[in-house]
Amino acid sequence: MRAALRGEWRKLRTLRSTTYSLVVLAVLSVGFGALFSGGAAGSHRERPAEFDPAALSLQGGAMFGQIVIGVLGVLSITSEYAAGTITAGLAAVPRRGRLFAAKAAVVGVVAAVAGLSAALASFLIGQWVFAAGGVPYAGLGDAGVARAVLGAGLYLALIGLLGLALGFLTRSTAAGVTLLTSMTVLVLAVLQLLPQWAAGFWPTVAGMQVVTTLPGSSPWPGFLLFTVFVAALTAAALWTFQRRDA
Amino acid sequence: MIEVRRLTKVYGAGRAVDRLTFTVKSGVVTGFLGPNGAGKTTTLRMVMGLDRPTEGTATVAGRRYADLADPLRTVGALLDARAVHPRRTARDHLRCLAASGGIADRRVDDVLGLVGLDQAARRRAGEFSLGMSQRLGIAAALLGDPEVLVLDEPVNGLDPEGIWWIRGFMRSLAAEGRTVLVSSHLMSEMSVTADHLIVIGRGRLLADAGVAELTGPQSVLVRAARPAELAGLLSAEGASVSRSGKALTVTGMGSAAIGALAAVRGLALIELTPQRTTLEEAYMGLTGDSVEFGGGGAS
Repeated sequence: MRAALRGEWRKLRTLRSTTYSLVVLAVLSVGFGALFSGGAAGSHRERPAEFDPAALSLQGGAMFGQIVIGVLGVLSITSEYAAGTITAGLAAVPRRGRLFAAKAAVVGVVAAVAGLSAALASFLIGQWVFAAGGVPYAGLGDAGVARAVLGAGLYLALIGLLGLALGFLTRSTAAGVTLLTSMTVLVLAVLQLLPQWAAGFWPTVAGMQVVTTLPGSSPWPGFLLFTVFVAALTAAALWTFQRRDA
Repeated sequence: MIEVRRLTKVYGAGRAVDRLTFTVKSGVVTGFLGPNGAGKTTTLRMVMGLDRPTEGTATVAGRRYADLADPLRTVGALLDARAVHPRRTARDHLRCLAASGGIADRRVDDVLGLVGLDQAARRRAGEFSLGMSQRLGIAAALLGDPEVLVLDEPVNGLDPEGIWWIRGFMRSLAAEGRTVLVSSHLMSEMSVTADHLIVIGRGRLLADAGVAELTGPQSVLVRAARPAELAGLLSAEGASVSRSGKALTVTGMGSAAIGALAAVRGLALIELTPQRTTLEEAYMGLTGDSVEFGGGGAS
């Protein structure tokens, strides 16, 4: 298993797309964290009781950050199918479950580290924007804020695994990325047509509830729903990977 | 050693591989021959555990590939030379595989040297010619210094120098006591490389025999100034001779013996040629009925 992990780590590291993705992630997290926070600052005047500075900054960063991390997850396996290197990978690690576990572990850890850094970056830039705009802002020590930042990072880590599962299921970069963006971002347009309580049951929307810090809000049930969703897709991906011809 | 027992692969209504049984022994180069579409690659993919057999088994060194404790050190395979991420360097490609197989990095530079790619180690695989890709694929197969080598069409795209190199290379690997299974659709290539041949067509076994057995008795073409006299002499010595004009086709006697006999009697020879085309003919005879897409009109 250690060899399999080392191999997967090296595969990810020797692809330029990994580096590019992480650079783009950093830019998007900071950029959209700031932009969304700047736009949201105005909403404080209208409904001050619902103003959640931590959540607003984290949502902005994660909105686009999740596509980058998800695509990284998709590509980590579909690039192998596209190039045909999956056969060489399976020759070295013929036990499919082991190969799958090694890839999931490496993608999960990379996505977690990148996701946590991205969450922290968009939080900090967002609070700086709020402070400059003269509206209330949060500190990492405030009630629920550390959990919200950590939660946003975990959300992004799970999105990486979601991308990996979609990649394993579709074995195609185009199909995997299309599904991923539909599930995470495009679906929001459809969900707007539904009542808010119903929209909250969509897994990725539910998962993002982990960033709320308003008193009386419940961050965990939604996040649990999202986790179960990702776990189910991952299990389906493993099941098909073990049964299909490579 | 590779053992294939009643191996079958069904795709929809068609049988790509049909109850195939053969054993590949160590110490010799075994050619795996068949027309395009005969099921060679599907068979090799099942041996490598990539595709699941519909029925039957394929084992390497006594185990299914997926159950091998140390697969890269047991089997080295070249299935598709183009299966390299185009943006990875040759060295990184091999280092990824080495890491996955628990093989030390310095072995990567060794195998790159073995196949003559040390100068191109840091170039991206996407820039490689087909010949260079074949060499890289062979380097990957050699990473674990394996006992068993499985090479699918390794001479495809190689230049004459590369073909010459890989022939010698396969022979030396077999001489070291390794098992070498090499597929091809070209009988002419196998006739100079392989010791033993497994011929399949439409997924079925057509022949499993040594090269000498498949070719049948070798004949020698002899042309002489006085053919009738020579024919009588050779027949008296136990060879069978058929004559047409000045040409004799002799079986049951080698060219050296024929030459010596003629010299003793002072008979001038115009030509003395061992006939080597029969292997190709044997192959055409075997596979003639099983070509997936035959050329129209020729038959």
